[in-house]
Amino acid sequence: MSEHPPVIPQAEPKARLSGTSPDESDLTRSRIGAPLASVSHRSVRDDGWRWLDSDLVYSFTRSKLVMAAALLTVLMLGAALLAPLIAPHDPYDLKSLSLLDANTPPAWEQGGDARFPLGTDDQGRDILSTILYGTRSSLLISLTAVLLATGLGVALGLWAGYAGGRVDAVIMRAADVQLTFPAILTALLIDGVMLAVVRNTTLEAGKFWVLVISIGLAYWVQYARTVRGVTLVERNKEYVEAARLIGLRPVKIMFQHILPNVLGPVLVIATINLALAIITEATLSFLGVGLPPTEPSLGTMIQIGNRYLFSGSWWMVAFPGFTLALLALAVNLLGDWLRDALNPKLR
Amino acid sequence: MLAFAIRRLFEALLVMITVALLAFVLFRYVGDPVNQMVGQDTSLEDRLKLRHELGLDDPVLVQFARFIANAATLNFGISYQMKQPVISIISDRLPATIELALAAALIAVALGIPMGVYTGIHRDSWLSKVFLTVSLVGISLPTFLIGILLIYVFSVWLHLLPTFGRGEVVSIGFWRTGLLTVSGLKALILPAITLGLFQMTLVTRLVRAEMLEVLRTDYIKFARARGLSERAINFGHALKNTLVPVITVIGLQLGSIVAFAIITETVFQWPGMGLMFIQAVQHADIPVMAAYLMLVAFLFVLINFIVDLVYVRIDPRIRILRRAA
Repeated sequence: MSEHPPVIPQAEPKARLSGTSPDESDLTRSRIGAPLASVSHRSVRDDGWRWLDSDLVYSFTRSKLVMAAALLTVLMLGAALLAPLIAPHDPYDLKSLSLLDANTPPAWEQGGDARFPLGTDDQGRDILSTILYGTRSSLLISLTAVLLATGLGVALGLWAGYAGGRVDAVIMRAADVQLTFPAILTALLIDGVMLAVVRNTTLEAGKFWVLVISIGLAYWVQYARTVRGVTLVERNKEYVEAARLIGLRPVKIMFQHILPNVLGPVLVIATINLALAIITEATLSFLGVGLPPTEPSLGTMIQIGNRYLFSGSWWMVAFPGFTLALLALAVNLLGDWLRDALNPKLR
Repeated sequence: MLAFAIRRLFEALLVMITVALLAFVLFRYVGDPVNQMVGQDTSLEDRLKLRHELGLDDPVLVQFARFIANAATLNFGISYQMKQPVISIISDRLPATIELALAAALIAVALGIPMGVYTGIHRDSWLSKVFLTVSLVGISLPTFLIGILLIYVFSVWLHLLPTFGRGEVVSIGFWRTGLLTVSGLKALILPAITLGLFQMTLVTRLVRAEMLEVLRTDYIKFARARGLSERAINFGHALKNTLVPVITVIGLQLGSIVAFAIITETVFQWPGMGLMFIQAVQHADIPVMAAYLMLVAFLFVLINFIVDLVYVRIDPRIRILRRAA
């Protein structure tokens, strides 16, 4: 983004001394284009740390709940990323599993085993390790799906808004039709159809992409509608006109000049969408149409645990369930905060 | 009003045709219908003959027209997995889903509106905070986790309520209802709460937001100045004016309830359409999937259409605006 400044730069009250401010605060400023009033009492930094003075950082440090949510999200992301390093066992390593260890309760319960802090599942897999690996695959799928939804929605929204006319009508009609149905139903339907198509491929990677595509396609509408709305406003501004006059191609205008101005709302939607994607992935896996039970994901773990609920093995479903709820809650809180923080009307 | 209704009807038709096209493509091209009907050792000539009899060698447009005509007469073919006409499976399963969905909607409205009004009027009371916390949890927890939690507490732990199925059912014509027996009603409680909780939180938050908005307006101040009782102000003036968006959202949420019923029915093994659909997906039972798709789409379009009309009907402001425009 910073490599290609817009033809007519956004009005920015304070001259930027270092051009390397992170895009997060950059983005708010360019979107809101207002002086940083709320932090004017502080001394203005003139080194690379000026982004610490931005409104976003300020409102972040104001709310303990948001900071806790961010910390939790980072911790869970980190734990998921480092799962192979920090997990005490490898749930994929079938040799290390022993059915003799199956259904062990958590370490502090009667009959618990110190090797398995949170107990084991029906195949003797350590619950803690499986949760770490499961969170990893859940997050991997959700993030890829959100990326797909964002890319698709933003591209279609830009196109519809910029081109207008028939293109706009077709894209937005399609969005309307899809909006008639709840996203989870759309995801389920696409998932069902794709599973029927790729029925004979037993590839695990196939299931990964089935999930990514069904979730991604289910959530593009909101991006497209938002981006189109902003694009409709932006395309009549002088800087776009100037870009058109010097003969830039429409694709370049859309993605390099208009796109930076719609990124704020897109970021908000993407964050809230991540929570939805995590829940959708877990739901599909729980319903048995997502990842196969051999592949640990939070949804499949809960599905397996649910079968053993009546035998009193509560830990098989409680810990993954708790992890899932916590993850969704944390990301949701972040999204809510981001929406309010980036909304100039609420200041 | 009439022009509006016709335009809406046209849009509804567009959605239905799109969905029918999807269902047709699914039905016709994913999984060959002939392969599903004959055995391994059927000769090529027999297959071609069957193909001809089924009209599968006709032009695609003719086939599509036939598909729509069949769907309009509720003929969705025969389930690959259960070897029964799809429509008989659906009419078997439909009452269960409708009873569950209505019970859930009832819970959402009967609890959600009072909670919303209360939290709107008493913004800072501790009970409001409790309600809002509960609603935050309701939004963040996935439906299936809520179901599992309820099963664990009320069935495994307290042994109060059944965990799966509909209990005893009574047949009234083709409609088999679980609402007339004690076991049927007991079996309905947990699934209905699970399904209704999310909608309830939605209604609560919506009513609260609308109440906060309305209570700030001048006509409420005026009502207060006239010395009306709090009750008359809150319910007679404020609540009444919040109802338009609330009714719209509840109407639209009826559709979501049907969608989320898939999850709830799986958790509770409730023998409804959602469970049928999941089983169809797991077995790649295309005719059932196609039929479900069409039926649900029809339901959604119908609900949207009715909500739109009701919306115009109950809010005189919209009518006047429209006439002026």
